[in-house]
Amino acid sequence: MSISSYPMADTATMLRRNLRHALRYPGLSLGALGMPVIMMLLFGLIFGDTFAAGLGGGNGFDYLDFLTPGILLMSIASGTMSPAVGAAMDMSEGIVARFRTMAIFRPAVLTGHVLGNVLLTIVSLALVIGFAVLIGFRPNASAGEWILAAGLMIAVTVSLTWFAIALGLTSKTPEGASNIVLPISLLLPFLSNTFIPLESMPSGIRWFAEYQPFTAIIDTLRHLLLGAPMDSGTGWLALAWCLAIALVGYFWAQKSYNKGTAA
Amino acid sequence: MNSSSLAIDVAGLRKSYGDKLVLDGIDLKVAEGTIFSLLGPNGAGKTTAVQILSTLITADAGEIRVAGHDLHRDPEAVRAAIGVTGQFSAVDGLLTGEENLVMMADLHHLGRREARRRAAELLERFDLVEAGKKLAMTYSGGMKRRLDLAMTLVGNPRIIFLDEPTTGLDPRSRHSMWQLVRELVAGGVTVLLTTQYLEEADELADRIAVLDHGQLVAQGTPAELKRLAPGGHIRLRFTAPDQFAAAAQVLPSASRDDESLVLQVPNDGSVQSLRAVLARIDDARIEVDELTVHTPDLDDVFFAVTGQPATNHTDEKVTSR
Repeated sequence: MSISSYPMADTATMLRRNLRHALRYPGLSLGALGMPVIMMLLFGLIFGDTFAAGLGGGNGFDYLDFLTPGILLMSIASGTMSPAVGAAMDMSEGIVARFRTMAIFRPAVLTGHVLGNVLLTIVSLALVIGFAVLIGFRPNASAGEWILAAGLMIAVTVSLTWFAIALGLTSKTPEGASNIVLPISLLLPFLSNTFIPLESMPSGIRWFAEYQPFTAIIDTLRHLLLGAPMDSGTGWLALAWCLAIALVGYFWAQKSYNKGTAA
Repeated sequence: MNSSSLAIDVAGLRKSYGDKLVLDGIDLKVAEGTIFSLLGPNGAGKTTAVQILSTLITADAGEIRVAGHDLHRDPEAVRAAIGVTGQFSAVDGLLTGEENLVMMADLHHLGRREARRRAAELLERFDLVEAGKKLAMTYSGGMKRRLDLAMTLVGNPRIIFLDEPTTGLDPRSRHSMWQLVRELVAGGVTVLLTTQYLEEADELADRIAVLDHGQLVAQGTPAELKRLAPGGHIRLRFTAPDQFAAAAQVLPSASRDDESLVLQVPNDGSVQSLRAVLARIDDARIEVDELTVHTPDLDDVFFAVTGQPATNHTDEKVTSR
């Protein structure tokens, strides 16, 4: 297989294409931007007091501080729906057949979806943080910790997006793609310490939540933003999860994309 | 044919999906700068052949060279030389016509200014200037197909695959598409065109291969293929039985239908042979009620080589992803 000599240019072209789509067909992107903010306000303002009371609030436990890093992760997860559907939609249309018969950098088409979603997710995270601060979220992170936190969130976005696209490509229709992505975009965030601490969960679910990737990532984020206590290995575990998910997602997605075509 | 002047050279191409054999050992030689038509009913394997030759799917067996490159060993070199317009629109509906063209120019790395220039030129040439700023999803079928072909031309491909380029188009759009294809070849491009319309292959192609159930059942120029089919004749109809009998005497080669008073005189459709027949009728002062000339068309050819009429295939299209 000869390699196209324009990987960056081709990827940039595909990114432009996806950003145009996001502007032209704003339903998906507005949903992806609006949902996390609504979740933030819903849990922060309406359920928050009840949750906090149930979790033994009062003695220094600020539910909003606890909640916000979880909602940030949830925004990333729910944002993976739109690139997964977008990639599946692409595959069902003639335009990708055209791309596959052209001498362009092969991974560019899917990478364009990933990068487009990273940009969209950054906007979404900024919105969530803004609203969280507005209703009383008070992080005490230093500039360095903020940078690390941002880096971690971007890494999580890249890895989850690749994985969601790989899942989406296993289904033949855009509708199927949106269903098959649900476990990572919805279920995993709920079955983690997003809304409540692990100690308050029933033991079976608690065991699952303890070892699934989101928990380590949220713990790291809470540590970086709020100085919450954390085991020394958790940060590395979070990074390792990102890397593993990204690699599996990337190669699986590329394999689906190239399936059946010449080299 | 010198192998260096071949744009497409295929030997023993085979492909099956599971138990279903779609292409059963196809040989094709397409000379540079010509239009070659793959003609066949739905489900004959035309689209599969194009998908393989354009690197979209892999063959199970066969030697394939496109633009001088071994398709199996160097698909990227093949991709750089070809352009494909499939029967299912390959335009991005959420981009405007102009943005679609600029995107293609970007993927061919033409540079921003050249990309704009090329897009404007193609919009003009394909009569899409007004539509250029509108989303492609709002286009009519004919406009989408024109944009599709324009996108294929952005990179100046040497070989163009057109998979049923006029299927579903109204007659006017079809004729404008034919005109565009002729202009392409005048510019030195090689075109491989699939069609289920015999008229289309006849209009455009230098050579035609008839594909049926995954096998090539006939191949040649349109004229050569027409020779395969019997049936070129002049049909003479009479009202008076005595005139009919007299004509049958001066035209002994005619086959006669005594009931409807019709004579069929074998004839190649040329002016001289027609004049000769008319001269004999005139000399004998015979009154003919009606005269029609029937030249063999590809419908006859199709019937002759496949044993079934070409228009009888309405099976659902078999497609692959």
